[in-house]
Amino acid sequence: MKKKRGISSKLYIALIMIFMYAPIVVMIIASFNKGNTIAWKGFSLKWYGELFKDKALMGALLNTLSIAVLASFFSTILGTAAAIGINNFKGKSRAIIQNVSNFPIISPDIVMGVSLMLLFTFLGNIFRFQMGYGTVLISHICFCVPFVVLNVIPRLRRMDQSVYDAALDLGCNEWQAFYKVVIHEIIPGIVSGFLMSFTYSLDDFIITHFTQGAKFQNLSTEIYAMLRRKIPPTINALSTLLFAAVIIIMLLINLRDRREEKMKADTYTNTK
Amino acid sequence: MKSRRLTIPYIIWMLVFTMIPIVMIGVTAFTDKKGNFTFEPFEKAFVYSNVFVKSLIIALISTAICLVLAYPLAYLLTKMRKSSQRTVVMLLMIPMWMNFLLRIYAWMILLQRNGPLDTALSLLGIHGTYIGNTAAVIVGMVYEYLPFMVLPVYTVMSKIDPGLIEAAQDLGAGNASVFGKVILPLSIPGIISGVTMVFVPSASTFLVSQYLGGTDDIMIGDVIDKIFWTDENTGAAISLVMMVFIFVFLVIMNLFGDEEAIA
Repeated sequence: MKKKRGISSKLYIALIMIFMYAPIVVMIIASFNKGNTIAWKGFSLKWYGELFKDKALMGALLNTLSIAVLASFFSTILGTAAAIGINNFKGKSRAIIQNVSNFPIISPDIVMGVSLMLLFTFLGNIFRFQMGYGTVLISHICFCVPFVVLNVIPRLRRMDQSVYDAALDLGCNEWQAFYKVVIHEIIPGIVSGFLMSFTYSLDDFIITHFTQGAKFQNLSTEIYAMLRRKIPPTINALSTLLFAAVIIIMLLINLRDRREEKMKADTYTNTK
Repeated sequence: MKSRRLTIPYIIWMLVFTMIPIVMIGVTAFTDKKGNFTFEPFEKAFVYSNVFVKSLIIALISTAICLVLAYPLAYLLTKMRKSSQRTVVMLLMIPMWMNFLLRIYAWMILLQRNGPLDTALSLLGIHGTYIGNTAAVIVGMVYEYLPFMVLPVYTVMSKIDPGLIEAAQDLGAGNASVFGKVILPLSIPGIISGVTMVFVPSASTFLVSQYLGGTDDIMIGDVIDKIFWTDENTGAAISLVMMVFIFVFLVIMNLFGDEEAIA
Protein backbone atom coordinates (compact mmCIF):
# COMPACT_ATOMS: atom_id res chain seq x y z
CA MET A 1 0.00 0.00 0.00
CA LYS A 2 2.68 2.43 1.03
CA LYS A 3 4.89 1.57 -1.89
CA LYS A 4 2.05 2.07 -4.34
CA ARG A 5 1.48 5.56 -3.02
CA GLY A 6 5.19 6.27 -3.34
CA ILE A 7 5.13 5.42 -7.05
CA SER A 8 2.01 7.44 -7.84
CA SER A 9 3.32 10.44 -5.96
CA LYS A 10 6.60 10.27 -7.87
CA LEU A 11 4.63 10.03 -11.09
CA TYR A 12 2.61 13.12 -10.18
CA ILE A 13 5.69 15.15 -9.38
CA ALA A 14 7.30 13.95 -12.60
CA LEU A 15 4.27 15.11 -14.62
CA ILE A 16 4.39 18.57 -13.05
CA MET A 17 8.10 18.74 -13.81
CA ILE A 18 7.47 17.77 -17.44
CA PHE A 19 4.93 20.59 -17.60
CA MET A 20 7.44 23.04 -16.12
CA TYR A 21 10.40 22.01 -18.25
CA ALA A 22 8.96 20.88 -21.60
CA PRO A 23 8.90 24.42 -23.06
CA ILE A 24 12.43 25.10 -21.86
CA VAL A 25 13.78 21.85 -23.29
CA VAL A 26 12.14 22.58 -26.63
CA MET A 27 13.72 26.02 -26.63
CA ILE A 28 17.16 24.62 -25.83
CA ILE A 29 16.94 22.10 -28.65
CA ALA A 30 15.74 24.79 -31.06
CA SER A 31 18.71 26.98 -30.14
CA PHE A 32 21.10 24.42 -31.67
CA ASN A 33 19.06 24.09 -34.86
CA LYS A 34 20.68 25.26 -38.08
CA GLY A 35 17.39 26.25 -39.70
CA ASN A 36 15.32 29.37 -39.13
CA THR A 37 12.15 27.59 -38.09
CA ILE A 38 11.33 24.77 -35.73
CA ALA A 39 12.01 22.11 -38.40
CA TRP A 40 15.31 20.37 -37.57
CA LYS A 41 18.02 21.14 -40.14
CA GLY A 42 21.08 19.92 -38.25
CA PHE A 43 23.26 20.97 -35.34
CA SER A 44 24.83 24.39 -35.36
CA LEU A 45 26.10 27.05 -32.99
CA LYS A 46 25.53 29.91 -35.38
CA TRP A 47 22.71 31.52 -33.35
CA TYR A 48 25.05 31.84 -30.39
CA GLY A 49 27.54 33.65 -32.60
CA GLU A 50 24.83 36.00 -33.87
CA LEU A 51 23.62 36.61 -30.35
CA PHE A 52 26.92 38.12 -29.27
CA LYS A 53 27.01 40.25 -32.43
CA ASP A 54 23.62 41.75 -31.55
CA LYS A 55 24.75 45.08 -30.03
CA ALA A 56 21.23 46.18 -29.02
CA LEU A 57 20.62 42.98 -27.10
CA MET A 58 24.00 43.11 -25.35
CA GLY A 59 23.36 46.74 -24.38
CA ALA A 60 19.95 45.78 -23.03
CA LEU A 61 21.50 42.97 -21.00
CA LEU A 62 23.99 45.42 -19.51
CA ASN A 63 21.16 47.85 -18.66
CA THR A 64 19.17 45.09 -16.98
CA LEU A 65 22.11 44.03 -14.83
CA SER A 66 23.14 47.55 -13.84
CA ILE A 67 19.55 48.55 -13.01
CA ALA A 68 19.13 45.39 -10.94
CA VAL A 69 22.35 46.03 -8.99
CA LEU A 70 21.64 49.73 -8.37
CA ALA A 71 17.94 49.26 -7.61
CA SER A 72 18.54 46.48 -5.10
CA PHE A 73 21.44 48.40 -3.52
CA PHE A 74 19.40 51.58 -2.94
CA SER A 75 16.29 49.63 -1.93
CA THR A 76 18.30 47.72 0.64
CA ILE A 77 19.58 50.92 2.27
CA LEU A 78 16.25 52.72 2.12
CA GLY A 79 14.32 49.63 3.21
CA THR A 80 16.59 48.69 6.09
CA ALA A 81 16.52 52.23 7.50
CA ALA A 82 12.75 52.29 7.10
CA ALA A 83 12.34 48.90 8.80
CA ILE A 84 14.36 50.05 11.82
CA GLY A 85 12.27 53.21 12.04
CA ILE A 86 8.96 51.37 11.59
CA ASN A 87 9.96 48.92 14.31
CA ASN A 88 10.03 51.82 16.76
CA PHE A 89 6.45 52.82 16.03
CA LYS A 90 3.71 51.27 18.09
CA GLY A 91 0.13 50.21 17.49
CA LYS A 92 -2.01 51.95 14.92
CA SER A 93 0.54 54.26 13.30
CA ARG A 94 2.81 51.27 12.75
CA ALA A 95 0.00 49.29 11.12
CA ILE A 96 -0.79 52.22 8.82
CA ILE A 97 2.83 52.66 7.70
CA GLN A 98 3.21 48.93 7.09
CA ASN A 99 0.01 48.74 5.06
CA VAL A 100 1.04 51.69 2.90
CA SER A 101 4.44 50.07 2.51
CA ASN A 102 2.86 46.84 1.25
CA PHE A 103 0.88 48.73 -1.34
CA PRO A 104 3.31 48.24 -4.25
CA ILE A 105 3.35 44.50 -3.55
CA ILE A 106 -0.41 44.01 -3.66
CA SER A 107 -1.29 46.50 -6.36
CA PRO A 108 -1.10 45.10 -9.90
CA ASP A 109 2.12 45.83 -11.81
CA ILE A 110 0.26 47.47 -14.63
CA VAL A 111 -1.38 50.00 -12.30
CA MET A 112 2.00 50.87 -10.80
CA GLY A 113 3.55 51.20 -14.24
CA VAL A 114 0.77 53.41 -15.54
CA SER A 115 0.68 55.59 -12.42
CA LEU A 116 4.44 56.15 -12.49
CA MET A 117 4.23 57.01 -16.17
CA LEU A 118 1.64 59.69 -15.35
CA LEU A 119 3.91 61.09 -12.63
CA PHE A 120 7.02 61.11 -14.78
CA THR A 121 5.35 62.74 -17.78
CA PHE A 122 3.86 65.36 -15.44
CA LEU A 123 7.20 66.07 -13.73
CA GLY A 124 9.01 65.84 -17.06
CA ASN A 125 6.88 68.67 -18.45
CA ILE A 126 7.73 70.88 -15.49
CA PHE A 127 11.42 70.08 -15.06
CA ARG A 128 12.11 69.35 -18.73
CA PHE A 129 13.42 65.79 -18.59
CA GLN A 130 12.51 62.65 -20.49
CA MET A 131 11.90 59.15 -19.26
CA GLY A 132 14.88 56.84 -19.50
CA TYR A 133 17.46 55.13 -17.30
CA GLY A 134 16.73 57.34 -14.27
CA THR A 135 12.97 56.88 -14.28
CA VAL A 136 13.31 53.11 -14.74
CA LEU A 137 15.74 52.99 -11.80
CA ILE A 138 13.35 54.97 -9.57
CA SER A 139 10.44 52.71 -10.56
CA HIS A 140 12.42 49.57 -9.79
CA ILE A 141 13.41 50.94 -6.37
CA CYS A 142 9.68 51.59 -5.80
CA PHE A 143 8.67 47.96 -6.12
CA CYS A 144 11.84 46.59 -4.46
CA VAL A 145 11.87 48.53 -1.17
CA PRO A 146 8.73 46.85 0.26
CA PHE A 147 10.40 43.44 -0.09
CA VAL A 148 13.39 44.63 1.92
CA VAL A 149 11.12 46.07 4.62
CA LEU A 150 9.11 42.84 4.74
CA ASN A 151 12.27 40.75 5.17
CA VAL A 152 14.02 42.94 7.74
CA ILE A 153 11.15 43.68 10.15
CA PRO A 154 10.69 40.08 11.42
CA ARG A 155 14.44 39.92 12.16
CA LEU A 156 14.26 43.14 14.15
CA ARG A 157 11.32 41.83 16.13
CA ARG A 158 13.16 38.65 17.01
CA MET A 159 16.28 40.56 18.06
CA ASP A 160 16.98 40.85 21.75
CA GLN A 161 16.64 44.57 22.47
CA SER A 162 18.92 44.35 25.49
CA VAL A 163 21.92 43.54 23.28
CA TYR A 164 21.57 46.94 21.71
CA ASP A 165 21.11 48.59 25.11
CA ALA A 166 24.21 46.78 26.38
CA ALA A 167 26.23 48.18 23.48
CA LEU A 168 25.09 51.68 24.40
CA ASP A 169 25.95 51.10 28.08
CA LEU A 170 29.41 49.96 27.07
CA GLY A 171 30.01 53.30 25.42
CA CYS A 172 28.94 52.86 21.81
CA ASN A 173 27.09 55.70 20.18
CA GLU A 174 23.93 54.86 18.24
CA TRP A 175 25.76 54.40 14.95
CA GLN A 176 28.46 52.16 16.47
CA ALA A 177 25.83 50.10 18.22
CA PHE A 178 24.15 49.67 14.86
CA TYR A 179 27.11 48.45 12.85
CA LYS A 180 28.72 46.49 15.66
CA VAL A 181 25.62 44.77 17.02
CA VAL A 182 22.30 45.30 15.28
CA ILE A 183 23.50 44.63 11.76
CA HIS A 184 24.76 41.15 12.68
CA GLU A 185 21.33 40.24 13.97
CA ILE A 186 19.42 41.41 10.93
CA ILE A 187 21.85 40.63 8.12
CA PRO A 188 20.01 37.47 6.92
CA GLY A 189 16.87 39.58 6.43
CA ILE A 190 18.85 42.25 4.59
CA VAL A 191 20.44 39.65 2.30
CA SER A 192 17.17 37.96 1.41
CA GLY A 193 15.58 41.39 0.82
CA PHE A 194 18.46 42.26 -1.50
CA LEU A 195 18.20 38.96 -3.41
CA MET A 196 14.43 39.28 -3.80
CA SER A 197 14.82 42.84 -5.09
CA PHE A 198 17.50 41.70 -7.50
CA THR A 199 15.42 38.89 -8.99
CA TYR A 200 12.26 40.99 -9.28
CA SER A 201 14.21 43.75 -10.97
CA LEU A 202 15.83 41.32 -13.43
CA ASP A 203 12.49 39.83 -14.38
CA ASP A 204 10.44 43.00 -14.61
CA PHE A 205 8.79 43.80 -17.89
CA ILE A 206 5.53 45.63 -17.20
CA ILE A 207 6.80 48.52 -15.07
CA THR A 208 9.84 49.08 -17.28
CA HIS A 209 7.59 49.05 -20.33
CA PHE A 210 5.69 52.09 -19.05
CA THR A 211 8.59 54.09 -17.63
CA GLN A 212 11.35 53.43 -20.16
CA GLY A 213 10.78 56.41 -22.44
CA ALA A 214 11.87 56.40 -26.06
CA LYS A 215 15.50 55.27 -25.93
CA PHE A 216 16.08 53.02 -22.94
CA GLN A 217 15.76 49.24 -23.33
CA ASN A 218 16.25 46.48 -20.82
CA LEU A 219 16.35 42.80 -21.66
CA SER A 220 12.59 42.29 -21.30
CA THR A 221 11.60 45.27 -23.40
CA GLU A 222 14.23 44.42 -26.01
CA ILE A 223 12.86 40.87 -26.27
CA TYR A 224 9.38 42.38 -26.54
CA ALA A 225 10.52 44.55 -29.43
CA MET A 226 12.24 41.56 -31.08
CA LEU A 227 9.11 39.43 -30.80
CA ARG A 228 7.07 42.20 -32.36
CA ARG A 229 9.27 42.46 -35.43
CA LYS A 230 9.62 38.75 -36.11
CA ILE A 231 10.78 35.77 -34.13
CA PRO A 232 14.54 35.53 -34.47
CA PRO A 233 16.13 32.21 -33.47
CA THR A 234 18.78 34.11 -31.49
CA ILE A 235 16.15 34.35 -28.75
CA ASN A 236 16.41 30.59 -28.25
CA ALA A 237 20.16 30.90 -27.78
CA LEU A 238 19.64 33.75 -25.33
CA SER A 239 17.11 31.74 -23.31
CA THR A 240 19.43 28.75 -23.21
CA LEU A 241 22.30 30.85 -21.87
CA LEU A 242 20.05 32.52 -19.29
CA PHE A 243 18.77 29.12 -18.22
CA ALA A 244 22.33 27.86 -17.80
CA ALA A 245 23.19 30.95 -15.73
CA VAL A 246 20.17 30.41 -13.47
CA ILE A 247 21.07 26.74 -12.96
CA ILE A 248 24.64 27.60 -12.03
CA ILE A 249 23.55 30.32 -9.56
CA MET A 250 20.98 27.99 -7.98
CA LEU A 251 23.55 25.22 -7.58
CA LEU A 252 26.01 27.62 -5.96
CA ILE A 253 23.37 28.90 -3.52
CA ASN A 254 22.36 25.35 -2.72
CA LEU A 255 25.95 24.27 -2.10
CA ARG A 256 26.52 27.27 0.20
CA ASP A 257 23.34 26.48 2.15
CA ARG A 258 24.35 22.86 2.60
CA ARG A 259 27.82 23.80 3.80
CA GLU A 260 26.37 26.30 6.26
CA GLU A 261 23.97 23.71 7.57
CA LYS A 262 26.76 21.22 7.98
CA MET A 263 28.85 23.78 9.84
CA LYS A 264 25.90 24.54 12.10
CA ALA A 265 25.39 20.85 12.76
CA ASP A 266 29.10 20.46 13.57
CA THR A 267 29.19 23.33 16.05
CA TYR A 268 26.02 21.96 17.57
CA THR A 269 27.55 18.55 18.23
CA ASN A 270 30.78 20.16 19.46
CA THR A 271 29.06 22.33 22.05
CA LYS A 272 27.13 19.32 23.12
CA MET B 1 18.14 53.04 16.96
CA LYS B 2 15.15 54.03 19.03
CA SER B 3 14.52 56.90 16.69
CA ARG B 4 11.72 56.97 14.21
CA ARG B 5 13.53 59.50 12.02
CA LEU B 6 14.94 56.69 9.90
CA THR B 7 11.47 56.21 8.45
CA ILE B 8 11.35 59.78 7.11
CA PRO B 9 13.18 59.18 3.78
CA TYR B 10 10.98 56.17 3.10
CA ILE B 11 7.78 58.03 3.97
CA ILE B 12 8.73 60.84 1.62
CA TRP B 13 9.64 58.28 -1.06
CA MET B 14 6.32 56.47 -0.68
CA LEU B 15 4.45 59.75 -0.79
CA VAL B 16 6.10 60.96 -4.00
CA PHE B 17 6.45 57.70 -5.91
CA THR B 18 3.50 55.63 -4.70
CA MET B 19 0.71 57.71 -3.21
CA ILE B 20 0.85 60.74 -5.54
CA PRO B 21 0.91 58.57 -8.70
CA ILE B 22 -2.17 56.68 -7.48
CA VAL B 23 -3.95 59.96 -6.76
CA MET B 24 -2.97 61.07 -10.26
CA ILE B 25 -4.70 58.00 -11.72
CA GLY B 26 -7.82 58.97 -9.79
CA VAL B 27 -7.66 62.57 -11.00
CA THR B 28 -6.94 61.59 -14.62
CA ALA B 29 -9.86 59.17 -14.63
CA PHE B 30 -12.30 61.97 -13.79
CA THR B 31 -11.05 64.59 -16.23
CA ASP B 32 -11.19 65.10 -19.98
CA LYS B 33 -8.30 66.05 -22.26
CA LYS B 34 -8.57 69.74 -21.29
CA GLY B 35 -8.58 68.96 -17.59
CA ASN B 36 -12.28 69.55 -16.81
CA PHE B 37 -14.21 67.28 -14.49
CA THR B 38 -16.22 64.63 -16.32
CA PHE B 39 -17.46 61.05 -16.16
CA GLU B 40 -16.73 60.53 -19.84
CA PRO B 41 -13.68 58.23 -19.35
CA PHE B 42 -15.88 55.81 -17.42
CA GLU B 43 -18.50 55.86 -20.15
CA LYS B 44 -15.77 54.98 -22.66
CA ALA B 45 -14.35 52.36 -20.31
CA PHE B 46 -17.78 50.73 -20.14
CA VAL B 47 -17.30 49.55 -23.75
CA TYR B 48 -14.69 47.12 -22.45
CA SER B 49 -16.88 45.57 -19.77
CA ASN B 50 -17.05 42.23 -21.62
CA VAL B 51 -13.24 42.16 -21.88
CA PHE B 52 -13.19 42.87 -18.17
CA VAL B 53 -15.52 39.99 -17.38
CA LYS B 54 -13.55 37.65 -19.63
CA SER B 55 -10.28 38.61 -17.90
CA LEU B 56 -11.79 37.87 -14.51
CA ILE B 57 -13.08 34.50 -15.75
CA ILE B 58 -9.70 33.55 -17.26
CA ALA B 59 -7.98 34.59 -14.04
CA LEU B 60 -10.45 32.60 -11.91
CA ILE B 61 -10.06 29.45 -14.04
CA SER B 62 -6.26 29.76 -14.00
CA THR B 63 -6.28 30.24 -10.23
CA ALA B 64 -8.54 27.22 -9.75
CA ILE B 65 -6.34 25.00 -11.96
CA CYS B 66 -3.23 26.20 -10.12
CA LEU B 67 -4.84 25.29 -6.81
CA VAL B 68 -5.95 21.86 -8.01
CA LEU B 69 -2.46 21.09 -9.35
CA ALA B 70 -0.52 22.68 -6.52
CA TYR B 71 -2.36 21.35 -3.48
CA PRO B 72 -1.57 17.63 -3.98
CA LEU B 73 1.97 18.55 -5.00
CA ALA B 74 2.49 20.53 -1.78
CA TYR B 75 1.00 17.68 0.24
CA LEU B 76 3.20 15.06 -1.42
CA LEU B 77 6.22 17.30 -0.89
CA THR B 78 5.73 17.36 2.87
CA LYS B 79 5.80 13.54 2.89
CA MET B 80 9.22 13.38 1.23
CA ARG B 81 12.72 13.42 2.69
CA LYS B 82 13.98 16.93 3.54
CA SER B 83 16.70 16.87 0.88
CA SER B 84 14.31 15.76 -1.87
CA GLN B 85 11.86 18.44 -0.75
CA ARG B 86 14.50 21.06 -1.29
CA THR B 87 15.42 19.70 -4.71
CA VAL B 88 11.81 19.73 -5.92
CA VAL B 89 11.23 23.26 -4.60
CA MET B 90 14.40 24.39 -6.36
CA LEU B 91 13.29 22.74 -9.61
CA LEU B 92 10.00 24.63 -9.34
CA MET B 93 11.79 27.94 -8.80
CA ILE B 94 14.27 27.68 -11.67
CA PRO B 95 11.80 28.44 -14.50
CA MET B 96 10.54 31.41 -12.48
CA TRP B 97 13.98 32.94 -12.69
CA MET B 98 13.94 32.97 -16.46
CA ASN B 99 12.58 36.03 -18.14
CA PHE B 100 8.77 36.40 -18.13
CA LEU B 101 8.64 36.98 -21.89
CA LEU B 102 10.92 34.06 -22.64
CA ARG B 103 8.67 31.69 -20.68
CA ILE B 104 5.67 32.74 -22.75
CA TYR B 105 7.73 32.59 -25.93
CA ALA B 106 8.74 29.02 -25.08
CA TRP B 107 5.07 28.07 -25.03
CA MET B 108 4.60 29.76 -28.40
CA ILE B 109 7.26 27.46 -29.85
CA LEU B 110 5.87 24.37 -28.14
CA LEU B 111 2.27 24.95 -29.18
CA GLN B 112 2.74 26.38 -32.67
CA ARG B 113 1.43 24.74 -35.83
CA ASN B 114 3.88 21.99 -36.86
CA GLY B 115 5.57 22.54 -33.50
CA PRO B 116 6.67 19.71 -31.21
CA LEU B 117 3.26 19.09 -29.64
CA ASP B 118 1.46 19.22 -32.98
CA THR B 119 3.98 16.82 -34.57
CA ALA B 120 3.85 14.39 -31.67
CA LEU B 121 0.06 14.27 -31.56
CA SER B 122 -0.18 14.00 -35.35
CA LEU B 123 1.83 10.79 -35.14
CA LEU B 124 -0.90 9.45 -32.89
CA GLY B 125 -3.47 10.59 -35.41
CA ILE B 126 -4.71 13.57 -33.43
CA HIS B 127 -4.89 16.83 -35.32
CA GLY B 128 -5.76 20.21 -33.94
CA THR B 129 -4.64 23.73 -33.24
CA TYR B 130 -3.16 24.34 -29.84
CA ILE B 131 -2.43 28.04 -30.01
CA GLY B 132 -4.65 31.03 -30.56
CA ASN B 133 -7.42 30.07 -28.18
CA THR B 134 -8.49 30.69 -24.60
CA ALA B 135 -7.18 27.32 -23.44
CA ALA B 136 -3.66 28.26 -24.55
CA VAL B 137 -3.93 31.52 -22.59
CA ILE B 138 -4.95 29.57 -19.48
CA VAL B 139 -2.08 27.11 -19.95
CA GLY B 140 0.30 30.07 -20.19
CA MET B 141 -1.13 31.63 -17.02
CA VAL B 142 -0.95 28.37 -15.08
CA TYR B 143 2.65 27.89 -16.18
CA GLU B 144 3.52 31.45 -15.23
CA TYR B 145 2.00 31.39 -11.75
CA LEU B 146 1.92 27.74 -10.56
CA PRO B 147 4.99 28.14 -8.30
CA PHE B 148 3.27 31.11 -6.60
CA MET B 149 0.57 28.68 -5.50
CA VAL B 150 2.80 25.75 -4.57
CA LEU B 151 5.22 27.69 -2.38
CA PRO B 152 2.83 29.31 0.14
CA VAL B 153 0.69 26.16 0.45
CA TYR B 154 3.80 24.02 0.94
CA THR B 155 5.29 26.43 3.50
CA VAL B 156 2.13 26.42 5.61
CA MET B 157 1.68 22.64 5.32
CA SER B 158 5.23 21.84 6.33
CA LYS B 159 4.73 23.87 9.51
CA ILE B 160 1.82 21.69 10.66
CA ASP B 161 2.82 19.98 13.89
CA PRO B 162 3.09 16.21 13.23
CA GLY B 163 1.89 15.73 16.81
CA LEU B 164 -1.55 16.97 15.79
CA ILE B 165 -1.77 14.35 13.06
CA GLU B 166 -0.63 11.60 15.43
CA ALA B 167 -3.14 12.78 18.02
CA ALA B 168 -5.94 12.59 15.47
CA GLN B 169 -4.83 9.07 14.50
CA ASP B 170 -4.68 8.01 18.15
CA LEU B 171 -8.20 9.27 18.56
CA GLY B 172 -9.29 6.93 15.78
CA ALA B 173 -9.29 9.17 12.72
CA GLY B 174 -8.65 7.45 9.38
CA ASN B 175 -6.55 8.95 6.60
CA ALA B 176 -9.52 10.79 5.12
CA SER B 177 -10.60 12.43 8.33
CA VAL B 178 -7.03 13.31 9.31
CA PHE B 179 -6.86 15.16 6.02
CA GLY B 180 -10.31 16.75 6.22
CA LYS B 181 -10.24 17.70 9.87
CA VAL B 182 -6.57 18.52 10.50
CA ILE B 183 -4.50 19.14 7.38
CA LEU B 184 -7.03 20.97 5.23
CA PRO B 185 -8.20 23.48 7.87
CA LEU B 186 -4.63 24.21 8.92
CA SER B 187 -3.49 24.80 5.35
CA ILE B 188 -6.15 27.42 4.62
CA PRO B 189 -3.84 30.42 5.24
CA GLY B 190 -1.49 29.01 2.59
CA ILE B 191 -4.36 28.54 0.15
CA ILE B 192 -5.49 32.12 0.72
CA SER B 193 -2.09 33.64 0.07
CA GLY B 194 -1.56 31.34 -2.92
CA VAL B 195 -4.90 32.31 -4.44
CA THR B 196 -4.08 35.99 -3.91
CA MET B 197 -0.62 35.66 -5.41
CA VAL B 198 -1.99 33.92 -8.51
CA PHE B 199 -5.26 35.78 -9.04
CA VAL B 200 -4.01 39.37 -8.81
CA PRO B 201 -1.24 39.11 -11.41
CA SER B 202 -3.20 36.83 -13.76
CA ALA B 203 -6.20 39.17 -13.78
CA SER B 204 -4.06 42.18 -14.56
CA THR B 205 -1.20 40.93 -16.71
CA PHE B 206 -0.84 41.52 -20.40
CA LEU B 207 1.02 39.93 -23.31
CA VAL B 208 0.15 36.33 -22.35
CA SER B 209 -3.12 36.58 -24.23
CA GLN B 210 -1.51 38.54 -27.07
CA TYR B 211 1.02 35.79 -27.69
CA LEU B 212 -0.98 32.66 -26.92
CA GLY B 213 -4.59 33.71 -27.43
CA GLY B 214 -6.76 34.34 -30.46
CA THR B 215 -8.07 37.69 -31.63
CA ASP B 216 -10.96 37.71 -29.15
CA ASP B 217 -8.81 36.68 -26.19
CA ILE B 218 -7.79 40.22 -25.30
CA MET B 219 -7.46 40.81 -21.57
CA ILE B 220 -8.00 44.00 -19.64
CA GLY B 221 -4.26 44.51 -19.18
CA ASP B 222 -3.81 44.53 -22.96
CA VAL B 223 -6.60 47.10 -23.27
CA ILE B 224 -4.95 49.39 -20.71
CA ASP B 225 -1.62 49.04 -22.47
CA LYS B 226 -3.09 49.78 -25.88
CA ILE B 227 -5.30 52.66 -24.81
CA PHE B 228 -2.97 54.46 -22.44
CA TRP B 229 -0.60 55.73 -25.11
CA THR B 230 -3.42 57.56 -26.93
CA ASP B 231 -6.12 58.21 -24.35
CA GLU B 232 -4.75 58.57 -20.83
CA ASN B 233 -8.12 59.39 -19.30
CA THR B 234 -9.93 56.24 -20.39
CA GLY B 235 -6.84 54.18 -19.56
CA ALA B 236 -6.79 55.67 -16.08
CA ALA B 237 -10.52 54.98 -15.64
CA ILE B 238 -10.06 51.30 -16.55
CA SER B 239 -7.04 51.04 -14.23
CA LEU B 240 -9.05 52.58 -11.42
CA VAL B 241 -11.93 50.13 -11.89
CA MET B 242 -9.47 47.23 -11.98
CA MET B 243 -7.78 48.46 -8.82
CA VAL B 244 -11.11 48.71 -7.00
CA PHE B 245 -11.99 45.17 -8.08
CA ILE B 246 -8.69 43.82 -6.86
CA PHE B 247 -9.00 45.58 -3.53
CA VAL B 248 -12.50 44.19 -3.04
CA PHE B 249 -11.05 40.76 -3.82
CA LEU B 250 -8.24 41.24 -1.29
CA VAL B 251 -10.71 42.36 1.38
CA ILE B 252 -12.86 39.28 0.74
CA MET B 253 -9.80 37.03 0.95
CA ASN B 254 -8.87 38.81 4.17
CA LEU B 255 -12.23 37.91 5.68
CA PHE B 256 -11.49 34.23 5.12
CA GLY B 257 -8.20 34.18 6.91
CA ASP B 258 -6.04 36.10 9.31
CA GLU B 259 -4.19 39.12 8.00
CA GLU B 260 -0.71 37.73 8.23
CA ALA B 261 -1.34 35.17 5.51
CA ILE B 262 -2.03 37.87 2.94
CA ALA B 263 0.90 40.13 3.70
